[in-house]
Amino acid sequence: MRNGRAGSGRADGGRAGSGEVSGFLAGLCVAVLPLLAAGFWLGRRTARPQSLGGLGTPVEHATFQTLHTASLAAPPLRAGLTEETARKAARRLRSLLGTDALCLTDDTRVLVWDGAGAHHRDGIKDRLANALDTGRGEAFRLACDLPDCPVRWAVVAPLTVDDRVHGALVACAPRESAVLARAAGEVARWVSVQLELADLDRSRTRLIEAEIKALRAQISPHFIYNSLAVIASFVRTDPERARELLLEFADFTRYSFRRHGDFTTLADELHAIEHYLALVRARFGDRLAVTLQIAPEVLPVTLPFLCLQPLVENAVKHGLEGKAGRRHIRITAQDAGAEALVVIEDDGDGMDPGLLRRILAGEAGHSGGIGLSNVDDRLRQVYGDDHGLVIETAPGAGMKITARLPKYQPGVHPAGRLGPE
Amino acid sequence: MNSGYTVPAIALVVVTTVLVGAFGLRISRTTSDFYVASRTVGPRLNAAAISGEYLSAASFLGIAGLVLTQGPDTLWYPVGYTAGYLVLLLFVAAPLRRSGAYTLPDFAEARLASRAVRRLAGAFVVGVGWLYLLPQLQGAGLTLAVLTGARDWLGAVIVAVVVTATVAAGGMRSVTFVQAFQYWLKLTALLVPALFLVLAWQSDGGPRHAFTEPAGLREQRAVRVADTLTLRLDRPLTVTVTGTVDGRPHRKAPLTLAPGPHRIHAGTRLTFADGAPVPVPEGSAASDRAREERPLYATYGLIVATFLGTMGLPHVVVRYYTSPHGVAARRATVAVLALVGAFYLLPPVYGALGRLYAPDLALTGNADAAVLVLPDRMIGGLGGDLLGALVAGGAFAAFLSTASGLTMAVAGVLTQDVLPSRGVRHFRHGTVLAMAVPLAASVLVGSLPVADAVGLAFAVSASSFCPLLVLGIWWRRLTPPGAAAGMLAGGGAALAAVTATMAGYPGAGPVHALLAWPAVWSVPLGFLTMILVSLATPGRVPPGTAAILARFHLPEELRAEVTA
Repeated sequence: MRNGRAGSGRADGGRAGSGEVSGFLAGLCVAVLPLLAAGFWLGRRTARPQSLGGLGTPVEHATFQTLHTASLAAPPLRAGLTEETARKAARRLRSLLGTDALCLTDDTRVLVWDGAGAHHRDGIKDRLANALDTGRGEAFRLACDLPDCPVRWAVVAPLTVDDRVHGALVACAPRESAVLARAAGEVARWVSVQLELADLDRSRTRLIEAEIKALRAQISPHFIYNSLAVIASFVRTDPERARELLLEFADFTRYSFRRHGDFTTLADELHAIEHYLALVRARFGDRLAVTLQIAPEVLPVTLPFLCLQPLVENAVKHGLEGKAGRRHIRITAQDAGAEALVVIEDDGDGMDPGLLRRILAGEAGHSGGIGLSNVDDRLRQVYGDDHGLVIETAPGAGMKITARLPKYQPGVHPAGRLGPE
Repeated sequence: MNSGYTVPAIALVVVTTVLVGAFGLRISRTTSDFYVASRTVGPRLNAAAISGEYLSAASFLGIAGLVLTQGPDTLWYPVGYTAGYLVLLLFVAAPLRRSGAYTLPDFAEARLASRAVRRLAGAFVVGVGWLYLLPQLQGAGLTLAVLTGARDWLGAVIVAVVVTATVAAGGMRSVTFVQAFQYWLKLTALLVPALFLVLAWQSDGGPRHAFTEPAGLREQRAVRVADTLTLRLDRPLTVTVTGTVDGRPHRKAPLTLAPGPHRIHAGTRLTFADGAPVPVPEGSAASDRAREERPLYATYGLIVATFLGTMGLPHVVVRYYTSPHGVAARRATVAVLALVGAFYLLPPVYGALGRLYAPDLALTGNADAAVLVLPDRMIGGLGGDLLGALVAGGAFAAFLSTASGLTMAVAGVLTQDVLPSRGVRHFRHGTVLAMAVPLAASVLVGSLPVADAVGLAFAVSASSFCPLLVLGIWWRRLTPPGAAAGMLAGGGAALAAVTATMAGYPGAGPVHALLAWPAVWSVPLGFLTMILVSLATPGRVPPGTAAILARFHLPEELRAEVTA
């Protein structure tokens, strides 16, 4: 025990008396920051219309306003015609037309009634049958018992996609108006174009889904042939090895032919790659060296099914086939905050970057490039355009492929499905 | 205290942390070792990582300081910090993992399919993160000031710079290993000195001191009062005063203070006689005053905040993603309960010994330093210096691990949801911003006890994220407007109360206590608002809710069979 150590822990003497003031200042900081953020947000929200209003003559201003409203109505409609999207779009469309009430229907029922006179919602369905059948617009009076009902007249404009009537746009007004009839027809045509684009989106997704299925099937012919040939070569000389390889083959095909879900975890994908490499090494023996460096944190990351295996297959192909000498493939998966960084590197012959660019753009022939461009397409479709493959290569310099996989993306989970629900 | 050992110890901890972070996972494997290389993080390693990230300055320094100044009531802090994981285990752990969410905003988006709720959750992550970072930096400043006599802000700046640099440079590649290493380092840094201190206490004759009595000095000791404070005496006290007491200057004058309040001015030196009871100053922090006035209410406020707040801490939730599946997440949580529980046995030992051997710390306003000065006071010499250096290293490990976890979480949210576009450069900007705000605040504030500041962060987390997580996981009629309203009402109210408390809202009485310990009313407010607004907007239940809830609650293997 030591005596007389007077008053250790006095080091904060310099702060004497300032406690209350500094506490107040800190509280002020905490209080002011949210206010600043709210002000910034409000400023950004209100700034946009004003900057529009400052430009040009009143006529041009009106044009800008119309185009702006139309652009706001477009995104919901691009998702197709449902109750939810109709509800979001109807408000914008009504301000575009400047009517008292606007109604959107599909071919069987009323999806939304926006504005006054909602009591007409149930009755209007029967009046639309003719327009939906013939696909031609019409106008009619609305009978109403309420003396002060603001909607007395309606114009119907059908929404057609590929010459088929999908629904109708109904604009209501207190009295007949030729201008409104014309405007409603034009807006309906614009909506129809948006719906056609939505249809296009859907068929593009279907196309990519079909491509994924094609890729699954496409692995097999070459790979199955080569693997079976290798296994056959071992059957007499080393039956035990042949049996092991057959089991690897069975495991790999079970994984690649599985049917549930379009996504898998990085751990499962790496296991499949392990089986694949076992079979490849049976064929090439010591000529192939593989190094792995996997951060355990990223193993649960969900990613599109079979999107790394083609990259490894590509590395094997470019690194080994048709050449003598030892080749090295390196696979790393790193933890990078909210993303996983997967890098696949080989020291093969590399490729001309120009040719690679054409392959990825789908312009060059399918000489082994379909794997890369398909993986690139799928990553872009799932994670957005800034998450495509990054490939660094030059003739004679090997190839390095980098994929950035977000740890979380809405709708991406094992057993999830690609494309719109 | 001899800084000849302390500074190298702290430097060693910093360098080791950076090195383990950068090279911990340079394990290259050939394909034959493929299985080993791709083996997932086991529940025990993950549990150590979660504990390492969780045990912060509040646990390492704050609890002992509170036990020293305020006695056994404050033992509810370690109980609450541990029991939070029990609630997490029972209601949240496995479904949260199965949701596939990496952060709390991710969870909000996965469950409610709403970008707006996601942004709101992100705002609260930033708020809670900053509130929690503040005491880490303060603790670092205090530690360095007490041990080496450096300026107050130096430790905070060192931790801020080291954390920002490693996180921004992507140096935390193998976070799991870093955090697991930090846990064992912290445990060792408290356990080994504690054993020696208990031995020293026994060789001293094992003096006992009832917790309910005020702490008494065991030898004559001079104390220099750093901040002006008010002493409330029950019985007369004789001290030798150099300085100003009750407005009258004294110089080395023996003075008998009558029972009642006395105002001691900053810079005054008091010399107590041997065996004199040390008067406890009236709480300087608002939450302390509230606790003195309404101890039962304050205790409930603490219990609610810590029990329910743990699940909403951004740096804890992120670690659950590393578990391979829901069952592993549960196992990891059980292991966390054991590890954290074992750790929390130690700070009260320091607090109790502090009441015996360093009660004057309560007067200097440096009670948080009890853990740091005890080895020197009780053992002294080379041994005391070495043990002190070990404790200091452990304390820095606590600041570094918690601060880096929080900075990563806050920077992630800032990059994804606030700054205009994604990318590595923006993540760096986000990191700097995430650390700059609490650093500025810590230089400005400086007076809130560490454990109390953390308690406020828990209160905000419990009022905003606990309703979101619990209702999101267990109630299918939750709607996006309901979730947003509940978070705003509960979390916003708690945040406002915290702001008022930290700004030094003057006054006493019931309103003051309500503001200082907001969780008791803000958590029910959050739940109630969320439920009522959700019931009022039944049309906004996101489509696919049934499928999402099934995914949250069904074990993964079963799910694969169902969908196959």
